[in-house]
Amino acid sequence: MDRPSQRLIRLDLEQQTLREVNDFLHQRLPHEFAGGEMPRVEILNPNGRHNVAVGLDTPVEVDILGHAGYFIAGMNKAARVTVHGNVGWSVAENIMSGTVRVKGCASECAGASGRGGLLVIEGDASSRCGISLKGSDIVVAGSVGHMAAFMAQAGTLVVCGDAGAGLGDSLYEAVLYVRGQIAGLGADARIEPLSAPDHQRLTRLLAAAGLPHAPQEFQRVGSARNLYHWHADRGGAYG
Amino acid sequence: MPEPLLHLEESRSFNRDVLAYIQHAAETGLYEIRGLGAKRALPTFDDLVFLTASASRYPLEGYRETCATRTVLGARRARQPVELDIPITIAGMSFGALSANAKEAIGRAATDMGTSTTTGDGGMTEEERQASKWLVYQCLPSRYGFNPDDLRRADAIEIVIGQGAKPGGGGMLLGQKISPRVAAMRTLPEGIDQRSACRHPDWTGPDDLTIKINELRELTDWRVPIYVKMGATRVRDDVKLAVKAGADVVIIDGMQGGTAATQQVFIEHAGIPTLAALPLAVEALEDMGVADEVQLVISGGIRTGADVAKALALGADAVAIGQAVLMALGCNSPTWFDHGAAIDATPDYHALQTAPGYCHHCHTGRCPVGVTTQSPELELRLDPDHGARRLRNYLQVLTMELTTLARACGKSNVHHLEREDLVALTIEAAAMARVPLAGTNWIPGKPSL
Repeated sequence: MDRPSQRLIRLDLEQQTLREVNDFLHQRLPHEFAGGEMPRVEILNPNGRHNVAVGLDTPVEVDILGHAGYFIAGMNKAARVTVHGNVGWSVAENIMSGTVRVKGCASECAGASGRGGLLVIEGDASSRCGISLKGSDIVVAGSVGHMAAFMAQAGTLVVCGDAGAGLGDSLYEAVLYVRGQIAGLGADARIEPLSAPDHQRLTRLLAAAGLPHAPQEFQRVGSARNLYHWHADRGGAYG
Repeated sequence: MPEPLLHLEESRSFNRDVLAYIQHAAETGLYEIRGLGAKRALPTFDDLVFLTASASRYPLEGYRETCATRTVLGARRARQPVELDIPITIAGMSFGALSANAKEAIGRAATDMGTSTTTGDGGMTEEERQASKWLVYQCLPSRYGFNPDDLRRADAIEIVIGQGAKPGGGGMLLGQKISPRVAAMRTLPEGIDQRSACRHPDWTGPDDLTIKINELRELTDWRVPIYVKMGATRVRDDVKLAVKAGADVVIIDGMQGGTAATQQVFIEHAGIPTLAALPLAVEALEDMGVADEVQLVISGGIRTGADVAKALALGADAVAIGQAVLMALGCNSPTWFDHGAAIDATPDYHALQTAPGYCHHCHTGRCPVGVTTQSPELELRLDPDHGARRLRNYLQVLTMELTTLARACGKSNVHHLEREDLVALTIEAAAMARVPLAGTNWIPGKPSL
């Protein structure tokens, strides 16, 4: 939200190149506003362009007004990026901190390998959402496709709709919560009881995402940890 | 009474090695996992020789006339290409597979020699960043420890699609090497048998790779070059796809390339030899008309200055070495050094059921000479000063051998070595390297000259 004194800067991808837009966000913005109030930045006419607002390292609020392509807000640090549309593959991949919010739907690999921060998808997310997750929190208001949280190491994936087949395949220490139907669990993933810390974590994340659901509506999925060590009797599970 | 003579005839199909393999498999139900590279006999650069100068060519004086070795990688698009003093780079090896002391020694030696070193699966350590003037930061499928801060302080970015020891396969680090520091860097529980992914988590296929490369360029404001590393399989197609996707530098790792740990079946049965891979990569770049723009780095079993010279003559711009680096640091040596005093390590090899010269037990984390270990006790067996000095000596020898051969071929720059300077000693090598069989003008598969 705009504060009365907050300055607004508009960057138009029909008038400026992607390089100019990202260079402004990386170099000029932190330099020109160091020590003062950061402006809000609107990026107009993304029109499916890839790599918009990647590598931000400044606590700035960025609104991308329209649909965008791959790797939007990739490796984000500190910034609060909102996409007012749908996104392609790997939105907020390797996010370190800050918040990335997609008002529409996300294609594959949303939040891949994220290490911190929060990714909120207000629509659905396609397959492999949260793949290789390393500490981020992801909240999907809709459903996720197959193989969500594949090999996820740490962090949280909250799915308010349904989850596709192979959920949590080869999980490490990440925790998944699903409110709707689970089409099938992946290797080494299992349903676990919800505990008080789960309630607290869900309450916090649902509030951060602005969603009204109650924690007790969710199922928890965690790792059975049977694949943590090589063993002959588990050969089938290794595939 | 004398014992009757036994008539012992070993089966060639089921010899003692095969019997041992079958019986081990039957006993454990698991395949063998080990370190280093292929041990089987393969066509190598040893099967080529130089046609040095005589009456038809004149040589340069080895101890007087200069022979340039400067090598620039990635000048096509990056604002700051990698500018090396020698065409011999250090391949990616992870902290985790290697000790912190080994990484530091490698960084210091590489810096002294004006060349680059490379991170590995596990991220960048402060020790290696501080020790390395030129540090290549790998972007691997696992993304362990990967972060934009280290990206921005790297001198080049290397997207790893595969490596020669295990093209198509992911990495492994067995639990005994997942120390608290390694576990923290990789965001993994301590002591688990860790599986690195074989595919990148956020892109699939060459069209996506184009976008990924652009993401990394945007993130680093187009400052540093982007390398793409691949194991040698369908080399011609793979190189073309990598170049089309935007790679500034292509690294092809032949099947002799090493690993910290992977399945034996991968090491010995996947990929093609370095000698066969290199001409395919060169042809791909020439087909695309980018041989002068995109640099080619070849790796996998490079051991000597002669190997380097032959690789350059066949069209590589540089080589990368990994296993040889470990050996220069002391891998497979019978001793380690404590304040200059040689200490016998053979009992430690025997404890691993191996011996100096045969060890490939990097995966155990019990490296007798302190190179591939995370054990605080064993790590002390490699003093970074001592290791850096040994590796620097080895790199100097490689460079002197390279320039010696180049001068003898009449070249004042090692990059002027050319295919015409080589012939092959075997039909296989002639066919793979596309150079004539020695004493003939015959290149198998090509019309006679």
